[in-house]
Amino acid sequence: MSWMAWTPVTASFFSIIAAILACMTFYEIKVPCTERKGFLPIPTTRGDRLFIGLLSSAYVHLLFVGFSEASLFIPLALCVVWLLCLLRWG
Amino acid sequence: MNHSKRKSFGMSLFILFILIPIYWLLNMSFKHNEEILGGLSLWPQDFTFDNYITIFTDPSWYMGYVNSMTYVAMNMVITLLVALPAAYAFSRYKFVGDKHLFFWLLSNRMAPPAVFLLPFFQLYSSVGLFDTHIAVALAHCLFSVPLAVWILEGFMSGVPREIDETAYIDGYSFPRFFIRIFIPMISSGIGVTAFFSFMFSWVELLLARTLTSVEAKPIAAIMTRTVTASGIDWGVLAAAGVLTIIPGVLVVYFVRNHVAKGFALGRV
Amino acid sequence: MNKVENNKAWWLVLPVFLLVAFSAVVPLMTVVNYSVQDIFDANTAVFVGVEWYREVLQDSRLQDSLVRQFIYSFAVLLIEVPLGIAVALMMPTKGRMASLCLILLAIPLLIPLNVVGTIWQIFGRADIGLFGWALNSIGIDYNYASNTADAWVTVVLMDVWHWTSLVALLCYSGLRAIPDAFYQAAHIDRASNWAIFRYIQLPRLKSVLVIGILLRFMDSFMIYTEPFVLTGGGPGNSTTFLSQTLTKMAIGQFDLGPAAAFSLIYFLIVLLVSWLFFTTITHMDKDK
Repeated sequence: MSWMAWTPVTASFFSIIAAILACMTFYEIKVPCTERKGFLPIPTTRGDRLFIGLLSSAYVHLLFVGFSEASLFIPLALCVVWLLCLLRWG
Repeated sequence: MNHSKRKSFGMSLFILFILIPIYWLLNMSFKHNEEILGGLSLWPQDFTFDNYITIFTDPSWYMGYVNSMTYVAMNMVITLLVALPAAYAFSRYKFVGDKHLFFWLLSNRMAPPAVFLLPFFQLYSSVGLFDTHIAVALAHCLFSVPLAVWILEGFMSGVPREIDETAYIDGYSFPRFFIRIFIPMISSGIGVTAFFSFMFSWVELLLARTLTSVEAKPIAAIMTRTVTASGIDWGVLAAAGVLTIIPGVLVVYFVRNHVAKGFALGRV
Repeated sequence: MNKVENNKAWWLVLPVFLLVAFSAVVPLMTVVNYSVQDIFDANTAVFVGVEWYREVLQDSRLQDSLVRQFIYSFAVLLIEVPLGIAVALMMPTKGRMASLCLILLAIPLLIPLNVVGTIWQIFGRADIGLFGWALNSIGIDYNYASNTADAWVTVVLMDVWHWTSLVALLCYSGLRAIPDAFYQAAHIDRASNWAIFRYIQLPRLKSVLVIGILLRFMDSFMIYTEPFVLTGGGPGNSTTFLSQTLTKMAIGQFDLGPAAAFSLIYFLIVLLVSWLFFTTITHMDKDK
């Protein structure tokens, strides 16, 4: 496994993603969700909203990295708030 | 009448546009290098098979074809074996995460091979599969399996559910039903899927070249050998190119009536 | 079709899941790991955080090749889609001629990518290629190896030659799915050819066209081998597209960190575009 060159940061990143996925799956089995229309232009399921949230977060981080010197905790905080809003009202 | 004449005229033009570059390659493969470089001639003045003889008598050349064929065949078999049940599941059942799984599969088809180049190289080296046919086949599966699932799902959705149910009532078990009844019903879909796995794996070069060095080197990579210090051996290069076109033409001949539907992923 | 809810279907999907996970997830994780480190050799690596991302995003070579990539993808789509529709409309509908046309059309799709490059490399040369020779002999100074515009024309023409058939075959199968009754009705109404195309054929082509555009966009966006063989990315960097820039970095210079960061950005772009397309397709399926 040494060729994969794990670091603590990336390991915790993937653990968090895996944990989110596991929670979502568990939640989905307990309380199956139906498609609904929120503030997004298309009707979405819970999983769709999670995916949209994660993908847009990635882009926000890239924008911050590429075009400002600000600390990465700012976009991180922004994205967590955005993800929660999206899951709740999206 | 005038209208249909115009149509066939346009069609002939397009076919000509497709065939002329190929003809030029064919033309060149029957010429000596002196004739190729000496001046332009529309057909070989001094017809020769020397370029083909060079390829068929040198194992380092013809083994390239054998290697390519080997991993293409492996890829086709693996792809069909895993994609058939999965496509059946997608076309018949709803299950937790089905849509996301489907999209995830497809996103792999869309990812550029260049992205996976580096980790594939490391991954297959670390498990000792570097420079084997199976490594290339597995790497190609990443791209052919999603497409296969997509195509087969389209074809399977066209088969009514009632057939499954009738078979179960008649006492068929799932595997028996699947092999005896279901697979024959979508045989054209399977043919088309095999064609697509073949096509992808056969034309791909970047991954095949990176994951092999000697033992499993594909013909496409060997073709770069014709570039030597004394210039390019155009005749042999052209002959090798012609030989790579032939398997494709044979395969397309067999599935000609299903190709179009397959390209539409069974969704017409 | 009504699908039955059944989580046991996961067992049928499991082989695909494992296979793709092995060859997609493990490499993807590795790329992420590489992208945050400066790797000297197998045992020495320094954590550098997002430094590579910053470097890659601000690298003008990469920005240029991204712009070129988009121009290229849109150019080939703009030519191939209308041309493909036209070819599909011109194709004979029945009989031996139809099969023959199908086979001939499909040939370019089955030629290994590097051979496609080789064919055009030879075909476009002024000394030994018919195309280059013909252009030069009618007085056009054409040389794809030294002139940027010529190189672009050749690369785009090669792609049109290679892939228009795909769009044409897709549209052809879409057209065959239109019942004859539609044409008879149009004939009775004395509809013009344009009206038939606009109101009968085009609406039926919508779903196959979306698939065609999707496949063409994805494949042209990851194009590597053909321009690599034809022009080697030159003259200068004028036909160097994303995949080639990336490959040069990863294999040529072995800059693991920046190459990995670049891979991920590349992947994110493709992921966004394919998600947009996929959502469009599934919503169209629903509307039917």
